[in-house]
Amino acid sequence: MSVDYMPYVREEKLPHMWCPGCGIGVVMKSMIKAFEDLEWEPEDTAVISGIGCTSRLPGYMKVNTLHTTHGRAISFATGIKMHRSDKHVVVISGDGDASAIGGNHLIHAARRNIDLTVIVNNNHIYGMTGGQYSPTTPLGAKASTAPYGNLEPAFDLVKLLIGAGATFVARGHVGNGRQLASFIRKAFAHKGFSFVEVVSNCHTQFGRRNKMADPMNMVNWISDRAVSQKKWENMSAADQEKHFPVGVMFEDTEQAEYCERYEKLIAKLREEQPA
Amino acid sequence: MNAASERVAITGNQALAHAVRLARTEVIAAYPITPQTSVVEEIAGFCADGLMNARFIQTESEHSSMSACIGASMTGARAFTATSSQGLALMHEMLHWATGARTPVVLGEVNRSLAAPWTILTDQSDSMAQRDTGWMQFYAGSNQEVFDSTLLAFKVAEQALLPAMVVLDAFVLSHCVEGVELPPQPLIDEFLPRREAEISLDPDDPHAFGGMMFPDSFMEQRYKIQRAMETAGGMIVEHAAAWHELTGRELKPLHEYRVEDAEIVALCLGTAYGSFCAAVDELRGRGVRAGAVRMWQYRPFPARPLREIIPAGAPLAVVDRAVSFGHGGPVAGEAKAALDGHAPVCGFVAGLGGREILPETAAGIFHALLENTAEPDRINWVEVRE
Ligand code: SF4
Repeated sequence: MSVDYMPYVREEKLPHMWCPGCGIGVVMKSMIKAFEDLEWEPEDTAVISGIGCTSRLPGYMKVNTLHTTHGRAISFATGIKMHRSDKHVVVISGDGDASAIGGNHLIHAARRNIDLTVIVNNNHIYGMTGGQYSPTTPLGAKASTAPYGNLEPAFDLVKLLIGAGATFVARGHVGNGRQLASFIRKAFAHKGFSFVEVVSNCHTQFGRRNKMADPMNMVNWISDRAVSQKKWENMSAADQEKHFPVGVMFEDTEQAEYCERYEKLIAKLREEQPA
Repeated sequence: MNAASERVAITGNQALAHAVRLARTEVIAAYPITPQTSVVEEIAGFCADGLMNARFIQTESEHSSMSACIGASMTGARAFTATSSQGLALMHEMLHWATGARTPVVLGEVNRSLAAPWTILTDQSDSMAQRDTGWMQFYAGSNQEVFDSTLLAFKVAEQALLPAMVVLDAFVLSHCVEGVELPPQPLIDEFLPRREAEISLDPDDPHAFGGMMFPDSFMEQRYKIQRAMETAGGMIVEHAAAWHELTGRELKPLHEYRVEDAEIVALCLGTAYGSFCAAVDELRGRGVRAGAVRMWQYRPFPARPLREIIPAGAPLAVVDRAVSFGHGGPVAGEAKAALDGHAPVCGFVAGLGGREILPETAAGIFHALLENTAEPDRINWVEVRE
């Protein structure tokens, strides 16, 4: 199926600043495909970001966009959603932005079950500032601040978000754009807090230090390790170590969404105490 | 130059990192932010290579970096962090805490404008916004001075029990390479021996820190911080003299260029000084006795040295690369108060968000003074489109 991307792209902002072959392009394309599938009008859609390579994405999108401060995109988005709960609010963030400096906001938005979609382009590194290790850098991987290998265990963002109370959690990767677009579409359509982790490539800052300087090498490194959740569950512990599961990992449609809960309370109080 | 010194070509950020290494800093906690990041990358490499017996912590935000530095400092360690702009703003709460807890943390601050809108280029709005946090502030004019100031900052901070910030212009210093002399380790050890904390978190000698203080004692604690700032001024002079003795290099609150007989003077902080010196030469070539001053030490504020340097009655242009909105340039306001009854001061704002302060810009400022077109009671915006 061919998709007309241009209605969602600010052509005058091209060429973009990303390195050739960067995974963020796949994420942007998947998002646009999902917008189109759901027929979200640009004027009804807001895309919010923080700081980093991934956070430059809204600058190229012809919807309502807001480029905010490092880590705080979800807080800005919460304010937007609380006032305009009729609009679609999406946050696009990198792993450092979302899970380090903004980690607190990520778990609290999930806990509230506010109707936002947070997409995290997880390329395991701080790309823009020059390749420092992030909370999702694999143990032992090299980074500019870990020249002999990272000593800190990584977050499993999917587990983190399920634990924090998100009601839709999926993981896709840049080696399979079609599948990724379907996860993003489902996340957009979900009422409540939805989260999509995209395992992605930053060959420039991560790959270069870890023997995958060519974008396709890093994309293959990702694709070769991605397996369906079902397959992953049937793997030995040793095999699981070498792979990661993709799919819709968690979904709960019963939980009330936060803005709705709020509306309901107001309606109830108005009924009990008419002005 | 000390005979055993090594002369290397390095950036301002590397100069900071080498100073931190030679200071035998024990704990470094930081978070990446442009244009600071290469400072801590260099330090992370020194730590990993065993060139420093230190622990490097990459935290989850600048707020955590400063918290970790304060914690480390309270155990008696020599602690350092580096940041810039938004990162410094995020640290703000902890900057106050570092002062209140009397922890001599040293911070490398790469001057970058604050958002919104975004920019990564230089001005002094980020560090000026921290002027009331009780941190000493030293604004470097060269990569060598970045290095020298950092060692002096540790020295004075640990004696005065006040934190200190070494401030350098983004990109102009942080990323440009200059020749820098690195003195040998024994010389640095002589100047800056291991920190001996009088009181620290020590299981053998327990103390309680960070407790509640009531109106009967809180104000005295604040008074002591101010007293420490006042005495720090003298310590800076004393240790700068020792540094001069060891290295032949000068660190002083104010640097001056052809000021003695000047009929007009301009004052700035940071690297813009070069443009002002060039403009001074040009004006003097045409018979105008101009002079320039660079403020290296901003906190504690060098009011007395300023009065001593500025010729009585000579109009002074104070050029701020920051605005206290609704008032004026922060340094201009303070200079006005310091020079009250001594010399007239006009405040200028220039070079925000990385806009260059070129020799022509500096000349324009001198001309405004000469031709009496500068207004004393409002901000004189330099090269701004209305
Ligand atoms: S540095 Fe990495 S994340 Fe940033 S644009 Fe390049 S490849 Fe992409």
